[in-house]
Parts: sequence; structure tokens; C-alpha cells
Amino acid sequence: MSENRAIVINEQDNVATLISDVKAGDIVIVRMGDSEDKVTVISDIKFGHKFAVKSIAEGDEIIKYGEVIGRATVPIAVGEHAHIQNIESLRGRGDIKEA
Amino acid sequence: MEFWGYKREDGRVGIRNYVGVMSSVTCANSVVKKITEQIDGTLPIMHREGCAQIGADYEQTVRTLVGLGTHPNLASILVVGWGCENVLANELAAKIKSMRDFPVEWMIVQDSGGLLKSIEKGSAIAQEMVRKASILQREPMDLSGLVIALQCGGSDTTSGIAANPAVGVMSDMVVTEGGSVILSETTEIIGAEHILARRAVNEEVANDLIRIVKRFEENAKNMGVDIRGSQPTSGNIAGGLSSIEEKSLGAIMKAGSKPLQEVLDYSYRPSKKGLLVMDTPGRDPESITGMFAAGAQAMVVTTGRGIPTGSMLVPTIKLTGNPNAQKISEEIMDIDGSLIVQGKKTIEETGKELFEEIIAVASGKKTKAEILGLDELSILRAGPTL
Repeated sequence: MSENRAIVINEQDNVATLISDVKAGDIVIVRMGDSEDKVTVISDIKFGHKFAVKSIAEGDEIIKYGEVIGRATVPIAVGEHAHIQNIESLRGRGDIKEA
Repeated sequence: MEFWGYKREDGRVGIRNYVGVMSSVTCANSVVKKITEQIDGTLPIMHREGCAQIGADYEQTVRTLVGLGTHPNLASILVVGWGCENVLANELAAKIKSMRDFPVEWMIVQDSGGLLKSIEKGSAIAQEMVRKASILQREPMDLSGLVIALQCGGSDTTSGIAANPAVGVMSDMVVTEGGSVILSETTEIIGAEHILARRAVNEEVANDLIRIVKRFEENAKNMGVDIRGSQPTSGNIAGGLSSIEEKSLGAIMKAGSKPLQEVLDYSYRPSKKGLLVMDTPGRDPESITGMFAAGAQAMVVTTGRGIPTGSMLVPTIKLTGNPNAQKISEEIMDIDGSLIVQGKKTIEETGKELFEEIIAVASGKKTKAEILGLDELSILRAGPTL
């Protein structure tokens, strides 16, 4: 059986990108540069999608490439699928009035 | 580093040698289509505009058509008009000739005895033009005249971690050799503009970049809607991209790491060399047409989902970082960018392979998209249809 793998691009990132399909309970090898870590995912997640590698609170910034890619709309646990159901974009939002 | 290209009258270099047959208005497309179907060596340049346009919209259409009509991959051009439009064939041909002094012919269907007689007349003109174009020879030249258009479409998360970074390696190599690359799709700079602005050669260029991104974002906001309705697209989201910021941060990887020299408005010709940005929308046909009009001779398109964007005027090299898309769409991918996430090739190795492929294509090697005839072209409108 092939290993489940994911990539963290920058050490500040709180999400990893999967390069295989995984099931809840699977152990994923997470690579960041030359170092590797293991995370147990708690959702079924598809290739190319992300999961949290750090515990994320509601309202926290989601960091990938060492940059902000959005905000958590609910708390996201380590190993949980991080996508549009719990991340919202902060740009081009004509639907929200600026303070 | 050298490649074999065609030296053109205006000092630019071509990598193909077509006789262009271009409509000045959508009404003339049928004539252009028939002429190019029967005359080998010609290339149709057809579009939907050219009439009932005013102001900035009219100017943008004319500027784009002049850019396409003077394109260095053309040896000569025949402009075909219908006769009652506001982009007139004779005026367009004169503008083209003033920008590049090369064989330019024009004809108007209403003055040429109608549709069928125009096909006959245009075909005879084009046949003679092909005979003359066919004696032009390639010669060795350095990369300083090469302009590569960069585009991504149907992105997923592999675009940002594999295909686009490999393109970035290629971009750096082209710029190091004195050539240029154009990053486009302003929508897909939203959320990553601070990174590019830091690399601008001066404050003016940095401000230009921030200005075009703000304008784009304000346009979306002024519609009172959430940009998430179209960005990321449903395909992007299925591929794992969660926000426009994530998509943008992956998209700008195509631009490599060199200083940003110039920010161009849609379809304008560059005045600088090196890394350039053009203000274009995220939708591929309009975006790539702006870069073609600027004189880009070749294009690199990355895709996560496997979109078919290509051009006959501007040979297109395609790659995906997604192993599944590579498997499904191998027939349109020139380079296997999916080896990166499979751990079989590095980003640097793939970037070098891409650079070598571009040199080969610039010297005459046909791309898969070219052989299949994949051909997109659409002029961005700057106003309502009247």
C-alpha cells in the first residue's frame, strides 16, 4: 500500500496539502522542506485538499505559503478537512460592508 | 543560448511564419474562414467585435487588432472588412502598416462583389502572400527578443505547489537570458499583490500593480456581490482551492523571482524587458489575447483540471501538476508536471525541461495544442454593446 502524503510549504503554515486521497483515521506523512511529521486525519479528504496541522480557533487566519489565504469561520481541529465549509476569503467581498 | 527565429521589419522576432487573414469585424469572419480553409500557410484571426463600439471600448478593440495584426509570428497580413462597420479594414490596415512596415493588404466585401467573390479575391491575394512568405528563412538569435505569455486555467492546489513553481524556474531562466515573461490575470493577483509589489523596480511600478488589483477588486465589490461567486470557480474548489487568496498565491509562482519591470494595461506593447505584468481578467480567452496583442510569441499554460487553452498564432506549451489530469489529458500536455508531486522530478528539473521545450518550440517544434489546432482568441470589451 502506498503511503499517504501531504506537503506544508512554509513553516508558518497551519494547513497541509494532500497529494493522495485519505480516509478518516489514516496516518499522513507531512513533509515540510527536509523534515517529516505524522498527522492522523479525522475526515475523509480528497487529493489536493487541505487539513489543519495546527489547532485553529474561530476567526484565526488560515496560513499557506506563509501568507494569509482566509479566515476560519469555525474552530478547525488538527487533521480536520480545511476548505470552504470552514474557511472564508477576505478579499473582493462586495457582500460585506467595510467597517 | 540561441534559438532559430525570423527577424522582422520592426526589430522583433517571430517563431512562426504565417500569412494572417484577419477580420476587421465579426461580419467578415465567414470570408476569413473560407479563405484560410483553402489557402495553406494562412492563419485566420477572427473575433466578435468591430462594430457598434465607441470610446474606450472602440479604442481597446482597435489597439488589440493592431497588436494582433502586427504580430511577429506573421510574415504578412490580409485584413478583411465587410463595409459598414466602425472598425474599417482600410483604416485598420493603415494603422498596422504604420506600426510594422511589412506586406499588408486589405479588402472590403461590400466593395468586392459580395461574399462569394470576396472569398475568391481574398484567396488569390493570400496565395501570393504565402508564396512570398515561404522564402523567409529562420536564423540564429539570442533570447532577448522573446516574450513568453504566462497563463493558468482550471487551477487546483497542484498548480501552486508544482506546475506554477516550475514555470517560475523557466521564467527566471528566460529573464536571465535577456527575454521577457508576462504574468496576467489580475483577478488572480488579488491577495498576493504585496509580494509582487515588493519586487517592483521602483515605487511607480509597485503603485501601478496595486492600482490594477484594487480596480479589479472594486469592480467586483461595486456589483454588490461576493467575488466567491466566480473565484475560485467550482472546478477550483473541487480541486481543493478554498479562496481567491490561495489561488493567487499559487498563480504568481509562474512569475519566478526576478524584479517586476513594468505593469501594462490590456493589449499594450511592453517598453521594458524582463518580468512584466498585464492587467487582464481571469477568463483565459480574453486574457491571452491581450498578451498576444502585446507581441508574446509563445505561451505557457498550466492547468490543474486539464483545460484546452491554446493558440495557433502563439504556440502554447501546456503542463499540469495533477497526476490524474496528466493521465486523462496527456494528448494536450507537452511536459509532465505531475512527476513533481509524485516525487519523481524536482520543480527545478521540470522548470529546466520547460525552458528547453520553449527553445525548441521557438525554433519550430510543434506543440501538442498546435498540432490539435486548439485556438482561442477573444478581445476584452471595455464598454457595453450599443
